[in-house]
Amino acid sequence: MTQHASGGAGHLPPTPSHTVGPFYGYALSFPGGEDVAPLGHRDTVTVHGYVYDGAGDPVPDALLEVWGPDPRGEMPRVDGSMRRDPASGGYAGRNGVEFTGFGRVQTDADGHWYVRTLRPGARGRSAPYLSVCVFARGLLTHLYTRIYLPGDEPAPDGDPLLARLERERRDTLVAGEEGAGTYRFDIRLQGEGETVFLEFP
Amino acid sequence: MADALTQADIDREIAAERAAYRERVEGGAPVEHHPRRDYAPYRSSTLRHPKRPPVAIDVSRDPELVELSSPAFGERDVTETDSDLSRQHTGEPIGERITVSGRLLDRDGRPVRGQLVEMWQANAAGRYAHRREQHDAPLDPNFTGVGRTLTDADGHYRFTTIRPGPYPWRNHVNAWRPAHIHFSVFGSAFTQRLVTQMYFPNDPLFPYDPILQSVTDDAARQRLVAVYDHGLSVPEFSLGYRWDIVLDGPGATWTEEGHRPS
Repeated sequence: MTQHASGGAGHLPPTPSHTVGPFYGYALSFPGGEDVAPLGHRDTVTVHGYVYDGAGDPVPDALLEVWGPDPRGEMPRVDGSMRRDPASGGYAGRNGVEFTGFGRVQTDADGHWYVRTLRPGARGRSAPYLSVCVFARGLLTHLYTRIYLPGDEPAPDGDPLLARLERERRDTLVAGEEGAGTYRFDIRLQGEGETVFLEFP
Repeated sequence: MADALTQADIDREIAAERAAYRERVEGGAPVEHHPRRDYAPYRSSTLRHPKRPPVAIDVSRDPELVELSSPAFGERDVTETDSDLSRQHTGEPIGERITVSGRLLDRDGRPVRGQLVEMWQANAAGRYAHRREQHDAPLDPNFTGVGRTLTDADGHYRFTTIRPGPYPWRNHVNAWRPAHIHFSVFGSAFTQRLVTQMYFPNDPLFPYDPILQSVTDDAARQRLVAVYDHGLSVPEFSLGYRWDIVLDGPGATWTEEGHRPS
C-alpha cells in the first residue's frame, strides 16, 4: 500500500529513509548553496571543516544542509535559496539581499566544506546554534547535529542540550575560533571524537 | 579477487539481518520504519555510521527549537519545465514516458503544502548524467534526470519523466540496483527532512539489493514501491505511478496563513 486516505487522526506509518547515494551532485547542489549571508552583511560568519569517516579518512561525497535563525533569533520565512532564471532554466542565484537561512554544500575532493551565513541569534531556552543535516553515500538515514559558536557559548548549563553532555562530547558541537569571523567545525561520523548526533522522536 | 564478495554472501547477510529484526520485534522491540545506519550488507555503511546512539531531543519542551521550523521555498525556486523531465532539452529523451504523482503528508495525514520536492534519476539505459558515473551505458543528450516542484494546496506533487533503467554497482560481484527515482523532500519542520528512493512494482531485483533490503520491515519496504495507477496514465502519452510520501518526525508548531502547513 502506498496510497493513504487523507485526514483522520490515525498515525500513518512513515516513508522509510534511504541513502542519498553517490550521484546526487548534479541534482541537489545549486550555485551559491554555501553563501547564505546577504552580501556584505556585518554579521556574516564563515564556518568550515572536514567530514571524516570511521577510519579517519575525509568523506568526499557528503552533503550538508545548514539551517539557522537570523542574528535576532528569528527564523527566516523567505524563499529564494535556489532562485531560478525562467528564461534560461538555469540558476539566478540568491538575490544577495534576503536571508533565507538555508544553505546546502557538498564536501569537495578533500572532504572539506564551508558555509557563509549570519551569526545565529538565541531562541527559546537554547544558546544560539545552527542546525545541520548530514547526508552521504553509505549513510542510510541522514544525521542531525548542531554548530554552536564559541563566544556564544552558554553559561555552563545554560543550554538544555549542552548541559546534558559530558565535556568531551560537548566539545564536538562547539566550533573552533579562527579569527576574522571564521570558525572550524569538523564532523566525525564514527569512532574517536565522534560528533554528537541528535534525534527528534 | 580471490575473496570477491558474491551475491550469495550478500543474500546470507540480508537473511541474517532480517532474522535478527524478527527476533527483536518478537521480543517486544518496536517496528523499525527506517534502515539501521549500521547495515553491513551495504558495504559503504561500514565506516559511515556513528557507534554511539543519537541524543534524543524532547521537542515538546521547547517550541522555539530551530529544528521545528523549516526552510521555505517558493515559485522563484522552480521553473515550469522543472517538473517535466521530458521537456528540458531540445529533443525528446529515449524511453518509456511515465507520470509520477502522489501526496506529501505528515503522520497525521495532513498535507504538506507549498513545499519543495526534488528528484533525480538515471536515464532509460541506467546511466546518471553525473561526471563520476562509470557505468558505460549511453548518455541521453535529451535527458538530465533532475526534477523539482512545489506541492499544491492538497500536498500533491507531479512529475513527467522517463522510466529509469536498473544499473550495476560495485557493492559486490554482479550487484544491480533495481530501477528507482531518488526523492528529497522537506516538511513543515527540519526534523521531517527526508531523502529516499521510489521503486517500481514487481521488480525482480528487489531481493538482491542491499539498499532496499536495509529496510528490514516488510511493510515499511513496501511503502517505497509505487503503485501503477491507470487513472494517472495519460492517453497516448505516459503510464501513471502513484506514490505518497509520509514524513516522520515532529512537525512545526507554528502556522502561517496562506502559505505553509499547520
